[in-house]
Amino acid sequence: MKRLCTFMIAALLLSFGMFLAPFADAAPADKNIILSTTTSTQDSGLLDVLIPIFEKKTGFFVKTIAVGSGQAMAMGQKGEADVLLVHSPDAEKKFVAGGYGINRRIVMHNDFVIVGPSADPAKIKGSKSTTDAFKKIAATGALFVSRGDNSGTHAKEKVIWKAAGTKYEGEKWYQQTGLGMGQTLNVATEKRAYTLTDRGTYLALKKRLDLPILVEGDAILLNVYHVIEVNPAKWPKVNAKGAKAFADFMVSPETQAIIKTFGVEKYGSPLFFPDAGKKEEDLGK
Amino acid sequence: MDLIYEGIKQAIILLITFDPEVMRITLLSLKVSGTATLISLFLGISTGTLVALTQFPGKKIVVSLINTGMGLPPVVVGLFVTIFLWRNGPLGFLGMLYTPAAIIIAQSVIATPIVMGITLASMQQLPKKLRLQILALGATPLQSVWVLIKEARLPLLAAVMAGFGGVISEIGASIMVGGNIKGYTRVLTTATVMETGKGNFEVAIALSIILLAMAYCINYILTHIQQRGRRF
Amino acid sequence: MAREASNILEARNIRVENRGVVILDVASLLVREDEVLSIIGSNGAGKTTLLQRLAMLQKLRHGEIIYRGKRVGPDIPVTSYRRSVTMVFQETLLFDTTVFENVASGLHFRHASKKEIEKAVIDNLEIFGVSHLKNRSVRTLSGGEARRVSLARSFAVKPDIIFLDEPFAALDPPTHESIVTDLSHVLRRSGTTTIFATHDRSEALRLSDRICVMDRGKILQVGTPDEIMNRPADEFIAGFVGAETILPGVVTDANSGTISVDVGGRQVMAVSDTRAGQKVVLCIRPERVSVSIEPRPDTTSERNSFEGTVSEVTSLGLYYRVIIDCGFNLTAFITPGSLKRLAIERGRKVYPSFKATAVHVLKR
Repeated sequence: MKRLCTFMIAALLLSFGMFLAPFADAAPADKNIILSTTTSTQDSGLLDVLIPIFEKKTGFFVKTIAVGSGQAMAMGQKGEADVLLVHSPDAEKKFVAGGYGINRRIVMHNDFVIVGPSADPAKIKGSKSTTDAFKKIAATGALFVSRGDNSGTHAKEKVIWKAAGTKYEGEKWYQQTGLGMGQTLNVATEKRAYTLTDRGTYLALKKRLDLPILVEGDAILLNVYHVIEVNPAKWPKVNAKGAKAFADFMVSPETQAIIKTFGVEKYGSPLFFPDAGKKEEDLGK
Repeated sequence: MDLIYEGIKQAIILLITFDPEVMRITLLSLKVSGTATLISLFLGISTGTLVALTQFPGKKIVVSLINTGMGLPPVVVGLFVTIFLWRNGPLGFLGMLYTPAAIIIAQSVIATPIVMGITLASMQQLPKKLRLQILALGATPLQSVWVLIKEARLPLLAAVMAGFGGVISEIGASIMVGGNIKGYTRVLTTATVMETGKGNFEVAIALSIILLAMAYCINYILTHIQQRGRRF
Repeated sequence: MAREASNILEARNIRVENRGVVILDVASLLVREDEVLSIIGSNGAGKTTLLQRLAMLQKLRHGEIIYRGKRVGPDIPVTSYRRSVTMVFQETLLFDTTVFENVASGLHFRHASKKEIEKAVIDNLEIFGVSHLKNRSVRTLSGGEARRVSLARSFAVKPDIIFLDEPFAALDPPTHESIVTDLSHVLRRSGTTTIFATHDRSEALRLSDRICVMDRGKILQVGTPDEIMNRPADEFIAGFVGAETILPGVVTDANSGTISVDVGGRQVMAVSDTRAGQKVVLCIRPERVSVSIEPRPDTTSERNSFEGTVSEVTSLGLYYRVIIDCGFNLTAFITPGSLKRLAIERGRKVYPSFKATAVHVLKR
């Protein structure tokens, strides 16, 4: 029996190695870049256009991991990502201040909008002030769905609630999905609820939704995307070269030109506005 | 209803035109889950047989551990495999996270206890004296194990199917360790969730139809085996 | 001692314990070349345990097996010993494939050539009368056919010794009969040394050269069928081999080989060298008791003659078992014809008798 054991263990190890070998990365590790980004950028389809161009140009292989902005930064904080493309300015500033990220550069923006049922029970349609609209929703107790996933959108929503000075957590009319933007929009349609969404995802899904835009254009609704390289001084295993190459690519004039026209053909208006080189404070003015 | 009708129509078009993206996702799923199943067969059948045929102290504990493992939640497996494969984790030097190999590892971890448990059960269902009979006919220990595995081949085939069925339809681990990277680690389940999120219901439905067809095939084969497996 | 040389197998000091309880304890067992040795005993006597140790199918912790003068393990490898012997179990334990593949399996293990296998399989299927089943799946076989195939499978490896563990259990009577007949022919013709465990003494009687009686893990007696049936070593064996009347008594008179034994006030004559005053047990086989409805004339050679009342009549199929109360309980076998003719029924007065030589005397 003992000989049998040894034989089997040997056979196992052998087969394991044989099976996995073809799946080992063809490219050496320093050709791989882990891009941690938000579901909203992935869902918009922008990265599907940009990344093949980048890969062709540079020879790097980009592994896009689409998660909420919160988790994206958590990955960066642990050195498990090389470069971040995120939209949660306050958290980003803390991230950079903590020494986890370097070279935070503005890439583009779009904006958030408040959408909701056409019946509009809280009567917020056309409100100039986002905070007023949120106060009205809270006052009437109309259903509001939040992503509740620490994403950039969720972070923005919390900023607005804070500005409105309304108590919302734990209220009966306030529900959290814990899902990505697209699915949260689906939930909002089904439940006839209000929600906060980025315009890009909204436009991409608009044809399926029964949720008109009710509030837009307020300065607070601006949604700014930055690219941040994870600090190689903190995490030596990070692919700093690749990260820098990707970040440079995102702010290069060619890329910015693509961003400018992306989505025009399909949705009639661009999904993102290129901002490379601008200052965050100057946006929306 | 419109949405469903439209979705199914589009899905069928995607399927019959062999849409390259859909095909690529399907093939990768088959490759990854098939490899994971093969690995789990090697690990599961050998260990399961060994545990079934040997007596050792603490065997009961091992058997209940295996049976618990048969119900391992994929997300738990995904989480632990992720932690191990992190760059700064114990196996980080392999650089395996967000690769198909990582999905294969996670799915092997999910499927192995399933195969092991079924192997164990089917080996224990064989008559106890069968092993002695095989030895009495002059078999070496290795020959006897081989004959026993052949005797249990029908339930073992069920183990194959159960293992494959378990991993092809699993999402939690695939998305965590694979990352749903386009054209690289995007498999049927992760793609379905993503396309649903993006509102591309026709693609999601097409992928679901493929998954359902696979589930049907697996169950068809299983039923066939069970029908044939009835003795006397 | 002259026979020592022809011992093919010898077991020494075999002891098996299960959780501290000794379930087998055999100091010595000799098996002669070409004999059929039956091991009889009730269920749980340790027959299977002994056979599996003799065949080296289970680990031997105490004792040794000596095959043709060589110790199995130290002198010859276990696997090569196992390839010289084979075993047929109580269950058919066929492999889930065709009849042909089953019979070929032992030869496959030995890496025999295709030609050899083909020939051995066909020959053995022929011997056991199942050649027509060659290509059938074993799932379609009847119990009797499966049994024949499993016997053919074991004989196909041309064993030096074959162990048979209750191979006829669970067969219907006609099938049982035809398989026992066929097997006894095969054994006689092939001259394979056979060790045959059974709880059925009639099977043992028909097939064996010698019989070994076991009880509670111990060997009680080894001898020819005649010795075991007519001269059992103790009450247990006597009972087991079918001496239904077992009577304790005291020798009251001994005279030139003939003794008179007092059994509950009645005198029974027997042939023995015991002395007066010796406590004994008398064993009388039922087929040796004759029953009459009239008193016997004194001229008969049947020295023991009694008067009694029938207390029980049980049908055993081919004959009836009749228990007669004549101061002690005496069991006799009577054919249905005699039963009818003598009008034997409960309460009938009868005169049973038997010869002094029909009484087997055991000293206590």
